[in-house]
Amino acid sequence: MDDPKKLAEFQEKIDADIKIEPRDWMPEKYRQNLIRQISQHAHSEIIGMQPEKNWLTRAPSIRAKKILMAKIQDEAGHGLYLYCAAETLGVSREQVLNLLHEGKAKYSSVFNYPAITWADMGAIGWLVDGAAIVNQVSLQGTSYGPYSRAMVKICMEESFHQRQGYEVVVSLAKGTPEQKQMAQDALNRWWWPSVMMFGPHDAESAHSNQSLKWKIKRESNDELRQRFIDKTIHQGEILGLTFPDPDLKWNESTGHYDYGKIDWDEFWNVVKGNGPGNKQRLNHNIAAHEDGQWVREAAIAYADKINSKTKTA
Amino acid sequence: MSEDNQGILWEVFLQPKPGRPFKHVGSLHAYDKKMAMTSARDLYTRRGEGKGIWLVKSQDIVSSHPEDGEAFFDPSNDKVYRHPTFYSIPDGVKHI
Ligand SMILES: [Fe+2]
Ligand SMILES: [Fe+2]
Repeated sequence: MDDPKKLAEFQEKIDADIKIEPRDWMPEKYRQNLIRQISQHAHSEIIGMQPEKNWLTRAPSIRAKKILMAKIQDEAGHGLYLYCAAETLGVSREQVLNLLHEGKAKYSSVFNYPAITWADMGAIGWLVDGAAIVNQVSLQGTSYGPYSRAMVKICMEESFHQRQGYEVVVSLAKGTPEQKQMAQDALNRWWWPSVMMFGPHDAESAHSNQSLKWKIKRESNDELRQRFIDKTIHQGEILGLTFPDPDLKWNESTGHYDYGKIDWDEFWNVVKGNGPGNKQRLNHNIAAHEDGQWVREAAIAYADKINSKTKTA
Repeated sequence: MSEDNQGILWEVFLQPKPGRPFKHVGSLHAYDKKMAMTSARDLYTRRGEGKGIWLVKSQDIVSSHPEDGEAFFDPSNDKVYRHPTFYSIPDGVKHI
């Protein structure tokens, strides 16, 4: 059990918006919560590269290919910043990767959906990165210093991700009727998974209350989801696209959009591993890790050689 | 080397432009200095964030302890004469 006096001092610090640093005292549950959340976030960045890499070799122009490449490289960087932030809490990189590979750690479910047309590259940047940005902007204010600093850097880099995706959607929506239909199909497929990215409703969210009290999260799932919906609708409507939700309606009295019922059965089904791409995504990540084994071995051997040379010199 | 094979942890410091102080920006894993430098460039300077990089192995960093922070930094509090505002200067004296 944590010492009640220390616990009270800790809460005082949190309430005063003083960031917690790696060597500061922290409740064990705070540490565990953060490890879970940050590593899950890191895995999402890494797994999230997969739907996009699917289109690298088939991007419609050199310009599009270069942009996609730069975006994927950023996502790899985001994963690495976040793994490092998790490590400051006392877990090793290996532990964190093992948990993912054993299927014990989660990543964002949205990446278990396939990217079947080029329009999906647009929808992913516009909607999936768009939703991620809403979440990450809020997390810049998280109470854990290394996590907060990683978020600040990530948000700076994310700013082009959503725009490049939206640009793809714009060019399709303004193209031939077939191209516009492609954009509409992609919106139809990615809208609900993006809305679900914020997780269960507040009333059903297992970790939410404690996370908010400790300022690991600064806003609730539903607040963030609402913000994402409110800012996105107009971006679709201006292109003449429609959202696949008949209940979507501006509510004058709340100043927000009302939206329809979320299919939580689908959400939990994908979380539990039964989505269209869960197996493929995880297997690919494991294979990439195993394929890199010889590189790590060679790098270790090289480093050992250099070290023994400098010692005898 | 153990089965722990993700390399050593390095701390990355960037100098935004010549003449400015180096600032900590994050960390990375690498097996040797050269690889650490290449990764630092790729990870932390993709948008011209730095014109200089320092790398330090995390294990080599010496840091103060947060728990004795207050006592440790105490000597700085009672020496007001270290600040220019401590001194009284006659009215009308300039450039001091
Ligand atoms: Fe990202
Ligand atoms: Fe992104």
